[in-house]
Amino acid sequence: MLTLTNVHAGYGAIEVLKSLTLEVGPTEIVALLGANGAGKSTTLLTIAGVVPVRSGAITWQGAPLAGKADAVLRQGICLCPEGRHIFPRLTVLENLISGSFLLPLKRNPAKLEEIFTYFPLLAERRKQLGGTLSGGEQQMLAIGRALMGEPKLLMLDEPSLGLAPQIVAKIFEIIKVINRKGVPILLVEQNAQQALRIAQRGYVIVTGRNQLTGTGAELLASDEVRQAYLGE
Amino acid sequence: MSSGSTLTEILINGVSRGAVYALVALGYTMVYGVLGMINFAHGEVFMIGMFACVYAIGIFSVAWGNHVLLNLGLGLLVAMIFSAGYGYANERIAYRRLRKAHALAPLTSAIGISTFLQYFIFLTVSKQNVGFPRYYSDMLTSNHIHLGGVDITYLQIAILGLTIVIMTGLFYLIHFTRFGIALRATAQDQLMASLVGIPVDRIIAFTFILGSALAAIAGVMVSMYDNVLVFDAGYRVGLKAFTAAILGGIGNIPGAVLGAMILGLTEALTTLGFGSEWNDVSTFAVLMLVLLLRPRGLLGERVADKV
Repeated sequence: MLTLTNVHAGYGAIEVLKSLTLEVGPTEIVALLGANGAGKSTTLLTIAGVVPVRSGAITWQGAPLAGKADAVLRQGICLCPEGRHIFPRLTVLENLISGSFLLPLKRNPAKLEEIFTYFPLLAERRKQLGGTLSGGEQQMLAIGRALMGEPKLLMLDEPSLGLAPQIVAKIFEIIKVINRKGVPILLVEQNAQQALRIAQRGYVIVTGRNQLTGTGAELLASDEVRQAYLGE
Repeated sequence: MSSGSTLTEILINGVSRGAVYALVALGYTMVYGVLGMINFAHGEVFMIGMFACVYAIGIFSVAWGNHVLLNLGLGLLVAMIFSAGYGYANERIAYRRLRKAHALAPLTSAIGISTFLQYFIFLTVSKQNVGFPRYYSDMLTSNHIHLGGVDITYLQIAILGLTIVIMTGLFYLIHFTRFGIALRATAQDQLMASLVGIPVDRIIAFTFILGSALAAIAGVMVSMYDNVLVFDAGYRVGLKAFTAAILGGIGNIPGAVLGAMILGLTEALTTLGFGSEWNDVSTFAVLMLVLLLRPRGLLGERVADKV
């Protein structure tokens, strides 16, 4: 279980997170919603150890989560960042292998096999350069690369960004499958409706603070969420 | 001597000179590939390698006598270690803390380190020209094999052989190992590389170390070839190697080798046609011509691909 308690974090003089509190249970999909600039990506980058915590506490499986990106990753928390960040001049296969950098190489064949069953297209394109894939294919590759690290918590930042509705549906389907196999997921999304449909719980944050929280269904039904994020 | 064998000799001279430039050019191009910055203190690794090797051989021959191959081999190793140490220090002092600064800041600090080191060596050990110990270089420069009507010295064979082995090893390292994937990933996207657990700082430091060790090998070879060690040798060879890297497309490893070979051959042909004093004129004429026709260099990527 991951918990954030009154976390403050930011860049230079700008404080982005102003006392944020949230938790992700061991089998949950949790959606993190909010307007542009609310601090959703910063929340994920702070958990991942890229942005330092200024005050407040982050705990993971009962112990304080501290240290830089590689220390967090070693504890099984893996971030799939916004914009996918595929290595453009590595092949699909090399991109996937890069995801397991901290783990023994001999575990790779079995994991690759599993990822190719989620995304058969990646198997076909394994020798193609990452930069030549379409947006949807790159998102699949980004998720596949994250899974290569055998995450115990997967954080996805805007996996639907810029993708056609059909592809989005497919990606959300796979997110559900990954979760059912036992990986908790913290999901940041612009596409609030889609996110809340697969999430057990969600948080709405405004300028780095908690605004609303509830189950996926409660938030979908809430007037505030409908007006602000579902365009109704 | 027939003109055919003259041409062959020029080719061999040009290629072995090109191989030396290539070993130095790789350091420029690898650092650029990973950091997107030019390491203007790279030339000095070459000079440090020269001096470290000569002094090490001096110490070894006093310690246990003149065993040519043993002392040369150990001297080369010492040169690589000293140069690698310098490369690492250069990364820590001139580059790491300035990685996020304005691009001119690391460039200026690198020029500072380079100048400091040149004159430090000049004032401490190189006021008189130091020569490579004859006893050792003669074995390689006086002996030669006769092949198809031309003489090739052992030194030339050693330079070519070592360069081929190193290039092959480097190609394998970069394209067929997990370390190579980490190196290329760091070059393409540092944030993402750190998010998959690649130790970005260590990869960058290693790039400096590797490039420096290669340049040390070149330094030892050239000091045997020319038989003289000067404090600004690194500046002069560094400029040529840098030109070779730009010519081939900075950041591109095969490009650095290609550029270096073109430069080596240009110089050999110029020496034959006009005399060696015209070398710099022809070298930079070739550079300007290539850049006019192909600004990204011969094998360089389009700028749009890098972004």
